[in-house]
Amino acid sequence: MPTSPPAVGSFHRLDRTGLQSVIDVLWRTGHRVVGPQVSDGAIVIRDLRGVAELPSGWLDEQDGGMYRLRHDPAAGTFDHVVGPHSLKNFLFPARETIASFVQASGLWSQSPPPAAAVPLAVLGVRGCDLAALAVQDRVFLGSGWVDEAYKSRRERLFLVAVNCRRAAATCFCHSMGSGPAAGPGFDLALTELDADFTCEVGSDRGAAVLAGAMAMGAIIPGCSMEEVEKTRGVSRALAAGMHARRPVHGEPRPRSLDTHGIRDLLMTNLEHPRWEEVATRCLSCTNCTLVCPTCFCSSVQEVADLSGDHVDRERQWASCFSLDHARIHGHSVRSATAARYRQWLTHKFAGWIDQFDTSGCTGCGRCITWCPVGIDVTEEIAAIRTTADGGSPSGTSPTGGTAS
Amino acid sequence: MSGHLSGPASRESPWRSHAARIRGITPETPGVRTYELELEDVLARDQYRFVAGQFNMLYLPGIGEAAISVSSDPAGRKTLAHTVRAVGNVTDALARLGVGDQVFVRGPFGTPWPVAEVAGRDVIIVAGGLGLASQRAAILCLAAGRACRSVTVLHGARQPEGLLYAREYDGWRAAGIDVRTIVNDPGGAWSGPIGLVTDLLAPAIRDPSATTILCCGPDPMMVGVAEAATTGGVAADDVFLSLERNMACAVAHCGLCQFGPLFICRDGPVLPYRRMAALLRIPQV
Repeated sequence: MPTSPPAVGSFHRLDRTGLQSVIDVLWRTGHRVVGPQVSDGAIVIRDLRGVAELPSGWLDEQDGGMYRLRHDPAAGTFDHVVGPHSLKNFLFPARETIASFVQASGLWSQSPPPAAAVPLAVLGVRGCDLAALAVQDRVFLGSGWVDEAYKSRRERLFLVAVNCRRAAATCFCHSMGSGPAAGPGFDLALTELDADFTCEVGSDRGAAVLAGAMAMGAIIPGCSMEEVEKTRGVSRALAAGMHARRPVHGEPRPRSLDTHGIRDLLMTNLEHPRWEEVATRCLSCTNCTLVCPTCFCSSVQEVADLSGDHVDRERQWASCFSLDHARIHGHSVRSATAARYRQWLTHKFAGWIDQFDTSGCTGCGRCITWCPVGIDVTEEIAAIRTTADGGSPSGTSPTGGTAS
Repeated sequence: MSGHLSGPASRESPWRSHAARIRGITPETPGVRTYELELEDVLARDQYRFVAGQFNMLYLPGIGEAAISVSSDPAGRKTLAHTVRAVGNVTDALARLGVGDQVFVRGPFGTPWPVAEVAGRDVIIVAGGLGLASQRAAILCLAAGRACRSVTVLHGARQPEGLLYAREYDGWRAAGIDVRTIVNDPGGAWSGPIGLVTDLLAPAIRDPSATTILCCGPDPMMVGVAEAATTGGVAADDVFLSLERNMACAVAHCGLCQFGPLFICRDGPVLPYRRMAALLRIPQV
C-alpha cells in the first residue's frame, strides 16, 4: 500500500472492483458521479453509482441518421463511442437561471448569484469530449468575459477519461486532431486491456482520488513497461486504423475530413450552390446543434412565478437553425434554410477559427448520427471543396438574392 | 481601432444589472422617446463610463432586455439618455413607463465611434432614421472638441416628422456643425431636399483622403453609403458602420449577434467597412 499519492503520469492496473473503488471515492469526496449507461436504446450520461450500470458488452452502430445498440459478449465496458450526450449537457446546461430578480413594495432588486456548483465527476470521457471541453473553455472563459456559473462548474469538474479502442463510422477525430487518444485535460485516463484497465494519472486531483481508491484494495500500483506500452498502443493502433479506413460496400462509410485551408475554402464559397442543395434536405430541426458538444448559442427567457414578484432570467440553448436566432424587428436576418445551414457550418469550421483560434468541430460525428435525414458535414464540405474551383455560382445565391 | 473595449467593471458578472430610475422622458418622432436614466447606486453611477457608440442592455423584470445605444454626452455624469422606438415587447413596455419608474441597466458594451481618431479630418455623420440615436453622443463629443477640421451631419428620414432630434439642430449648427436633412416622402410643408440620404453624400465629400464617415441606419442604406463613399475616394478603413443584430448577452457568449466571424456585441457595433464589405454584399449572412 503506497503511503504517498501516485505520481502524475504514472500508470496503474485495476479491475472492475478497483474501478468501483474510484467511483466510491468520488461520491465520498462530495462529487456527483455520472457516466455512460444504456437508456431507451441509446447510451446516455447519467448518475452512476456502480460499475454494474456501465454499458458492458454494448456496441453502438452509427451512420448518417442512424444509431443502433447491439449486444456483443466480446465487447468491453467502454467499446461504445459517443452518444447524444456530451460534457456540454453538464457544463453548459440546456436551461439555467443566470439572474434572478425579486419585487418588494413595488421595487425590483437583483438577487445574489447562486452558490458554487456541486463538484461533478464524469466517467468515460473520450478524446473528442476533452477537445470539445477545451473549445467551450475558450468561449466561456477565454474570450474577454467570464461566465461565472460555467467557471464554477469547470473548476469542480473531475474527468475520468477512456481511450477508445473502437471508432464508429461517423467518428473523424483523427481528421480534427482531437483523438482518438484522450488528453490532455483528464484527471484519470482508463484504457481497457483484456478484462482489466490501466489507469494513467493526469493531475494531482486524479492522484489523490486514485490514492483513496488504492487504500480500498483491488488496484495494483504501478504498471510494467510492457503494460504501459500496450496501453499506448491502443490509441496508436486505433489512430492508424482510422487513417487506413476505406469504404466497404454495404457498410457505413468511414468519415474523414480534409481540413486543409478549410477556413478560406468556406468563406470564399458563401454563395456556392451546395448551400441551396443541402437546404432541400435540411429540416432545420436543430438536432445537430443540440448534440454538438461545442455549440454555445443561447437565448434568455423571463420566467416569472405566479405572484409575478419573482423572475428568473433563464438561459436556454438556442440554435442558428431557428428563425428566432437572428431575429431583429420581427423578421429573421436568415429566413432561408440555406442561409441557416451555411451559418452553422461556416461558423463551426471557419468563423470559429477567427473567433477562438480553433475549429469548432472535434470530429465526434454526433451531428451526422442524430440528423434525422443523415446530412453529413464531411460530405457537404467535400462537395464544396470538389466544386470550389470553376464551380462557383453564376448569379445564383443561396437565398434567391433578396437581402433582409 | 481598439479591440475589445470592456465596459462594466471587468470582474463583475456580465449578468449583473444596475437599478436605474427614469428621470426624464422626451417625445421625439412618432413612437420614439428619449429616456434619461439615472443609476440608483451612487458608486455604480460614479464608476459608469461610456464612449460614443456603445450601448446598454435595458432590462425590465419579467419582460426582457433590449440593446439600446447611449445617446447622451459621454462627459455627462448624471443621467444616460436612451432613444427608443416602441417596436417589440421590451420597448413597448418601456413606452408605458413614466418618470420615476425603474429600469435596469447592464453596460456599456461594444466598440465606439472613432471620435478620438479624427484630428484634422472632415467627419461626415450619415444617419438613416433612428440611426442618429447611436451617433448623437459622437456629435456632442465632436461639437465640444475642436480636434477635427469639420463636422457634417447628413440625416435622412422617410417623412419630415421622422427627423430625429430636430429641436437640437440649431444648437449643433451654433457649434459649427453643418446639419443637412432630406426626406423621401415629404408632406406639404417640406421645403428641403427630397430623396435618400445617400444623395447628400457625394457633394459633402470635399477631401476624400481626409474624410471619416460614421454611418448608422438600415443595412441596405449603410451599404449604399459605404459604396458611395468608397467610390468617392474615401478609404474603406475610414468608413465606419454601426450594425444592429439580435443580442441576448452582449458579451460574445450567446452567439445570436454573429455576422460572419464577428460578434456584433463585442467586435461591433461600430466596425470599419473594410471588415464587413464582403459579408454585407452577400444576402442573409
